[in-house]
Amino acid sequence: MVASAAPNHIQKPRGHLGRRLVRSVDRWILPLYAFVAVLYLAIPVLVMIAFSFNDPTGRSNLTWKAFSINAWLDPLGKPGLAQAVTTSISIAVLSTIIATILGLLIGLALVRHAFRGRGIVNLLIFLPMSTPEIVLGVSLLTLFIASTQWSFVPKGTFFPLSFTTILIAHVMFNISYVVVTIRARLQGFPRHLEEAAADLGANEWTTFWRVTFPLILPGVIAAALLAFSLSIDDYVITEFTSGQTQTFPIFIFGSQLRGIPVQVNVIGTIIFVSAVLFVVISTLLQRRQRLDPVEAEEE
Amino acid sequence: MSTIDVRLVEVTKVFGQDVAVDHVNLEVLDGEFFSLLGPSGCGKTTTLRMIGGFEEPTSGLIELNGEDVTWLPPYRRNVNTVFQNYALFPHLTIFENVAFGLRRRKVKGAEIKARVAQMLQLVELRGFDQRKPGQISGGQAQRVALARALINRPAVLLLDEPLGALDLKLRKQMQLELKRIQQEVGITFIYVTHDQDEAMTMSDRIAVMNRGRYEQLGRPEELYERPTTRFVAGFLGVCNLLPGHVDGTADAYALVALDDSTKLRLPLAQVSGSTDVEVGVRPEKVRLLELTDDVPAGANVLRGRVKQTSYTGVSTLYVIERSNGQTFTVYEQNLERAAANSLWRPGEEVAMTWSPDDTFAVRGASTASTADAASGSPSVNETAAS
Ligand SMILES: Nc1ncnc2c1ncn2[C@@H]1O[C@H](COP(=O)(O)OP(=O)(O)OP(=O)(O)O)[C@@H](O)[C@H]1O
Ligand SMILES: [Mg+2]
Repeated sequence: MVASAAPNHIQKPRGHLGRRLVRSVDRWILPLYAFVAVLYLAIPVLVMIAFSFNDPTGRSNLTWKAFSINAWLDPLGKPGLAQAVTTSISIAVLSTIIATILGLLIGLALVRHAFRGRGIVNLLIFLPMSTPEIVLGVSLLTLFIASTQWSFVPKGTFFPLSFTTILIAHVMFNISYVVVTIRARLQGFPRHLEEAAADLGANEWTTFWRVTFPLILPGVIAAALLAFSLSIDDYVITEFTSGQTQTFPIFIFGSQLRGIPVQVNVIGTIIFVSAVLFVVISTLLQRRQRLDPVEAEEE
Repeated sequence: MSTIDVRLVEVTKVFGQDVAVDHVNLEVLDGEFFSLLGPSGCGKTTTLRMIGGFEEPTSGLIELNGEDVTWLPPYRRNVNTVFQNYALFPHLTIFENVAFGLRRRKVKGAEIKARVAQMLQLVELRGFDQRKPGQISGGQAQRVALARALINRPAVLLLDEPLGALDLKLRKQMQLELKRIQQEVGITFIYVTHDQDEAMTMSDRIAVMNRGRYEQLGRPEELYERPTTRFVAGFLGVCNLLPGHVDGTADAYALVALDDSTKLRLPLAQVSGSTDVEVGVRPEKVRLLELTDDVPAGANVLRGRVKQTSYTGVSTLYVIERSNGQTFTVYEQNLERAAANSLWRPGEEVAMTWSPDDTFAVRGASTASTADAASGSPSVNETAAS
């Protein structure tokens, strides 16, 4: 015995001017704004990709002439380019590995142990991040040159400038980003998990590898990615510490006057696409992890 | 017969200026369910953490099975802990969580499998082995924590308020379950709680802690029936306390004269040497009689006027006021008077009577200051005459 049909409360309110305005903002203006914003971010990249298919008649790849995939067929086909790309990747990989390991250890020490000078170290770690790059570059150069006068430094270690000096410079600024990223992860780390591991018979070493490391791994990976991307496109500091060695950014900057080859756009596009793929894959992986919420306890 | 499993000798822990644990001496017997009971901040967790090896004592000695372990790290002690927040490893499955201790001892794969299965059965969690800790409920997580600790067959299991995060109903159920499991595996349990009901239902013996030391140690009924300090009396339940001084003996009893020189009897052993005491009696031991009724020979009697009556179903709670203003709480079972619809009503004069054997004496306010009463024993009836 149903009494009566439910009254129809769910009618849309109509007519009111303010509401209509809100609705049109919802429906049109916000999406439009979002579209423009995305376009603003994407246009430079789109231009870069488009011009990787250009066939410039002159030296510079600045005006659209004709479609061509020549550059894609031979992406390293300019003198010095292959070498520059290899150097950049080697430095990025090496400095990422070194900085991530050192940064992890520093982060652990800073978060876990009270030692004399911890406050100072915490502060110093921020220095490379907050100092203007150009100042860092100049002071590194000064340091490397000055080192030639110190008898305890073997001749030729830091000067002439080389692959090694670039690497040292990149490790230095990368460390601070790595420490800051990992420290954030460690600060939220539930210490009682380590106590539980010790309670169950794991010594400090086992506890670190079985419990601490797997749980801070996302932070470590994020730090490593950040370091890699900072290193691979660094120009300013590298300029001061590279001497005759050419990295990819330095190659581009150097070829600017002579005309930037299309291959630069090709490599730029490859880097961009790899980065996008990486983000997409890691997002997908994270989403899968969230479905079985392993980190639910971490709060 | 019973050997001593855990021994604490003069164990002290100081944090900066704070003395968290103050010269504690304890002996826990093999196979015993032993509880540390006390209000927040009294040093229970700190004591437990020192036994587990997570905290080093400032001074003192800790022995497990007769071996000095004071300076050993947690992973070299044959002790396991169930943490209050469970501390399950979020990145490992339930199976791997439970197997963690066995893997550290390099137990063979097949044996691990069998023992984990057996443990999950003991805690009634079969079929959960492939889940992650984020996918089970609080009560289930609690059982996993228990299984993960017990599978190592420790000499002693430490439990720090393991039921604290559960709701009341689940708590009650898990209390029984814990007790069952403890009896089944026969391992010594040291159990920390601030819930006196929980401690009393489960424990073989309880140490009631206050401010870094324990005030009394004994079986639950000893502590409840014959508390020796004001703090213990109040912490374990409601009680009535009346200040007085020892004034001779009669038969096998000591006599204590109250402020208004009424005399109460209590077992001689209760006053042992002290002169100023507080006499106590639990509310359910007291019977209410008409002034004209016969009082059983030798019973303690006090008069008063009913101030408040609260019917609670199982019993009725009366607040009785004496002529000097002291109030008394009395619980009466709802027997004849409830049936006859004649509960005592406010304003009626009554005689309160109870057996001398149900009477105890606690050391007066010299050891227990007002701070104790405020923090730990809100249920003590303040009986200051004024
Ligand atoms: N790491 C620490 N540093 C400084 N003080 C501490 C530390 N741990 C405990 N304390 C202090 O020691 C005292 C006892 O603490 P403890 O944790 O043992 O209390 P508890 O009896 O377990 O209390 P609760 O029931 O609230 O858990 C408290 O006053 C506390 O503030
Ligand atoms: Mg505690």
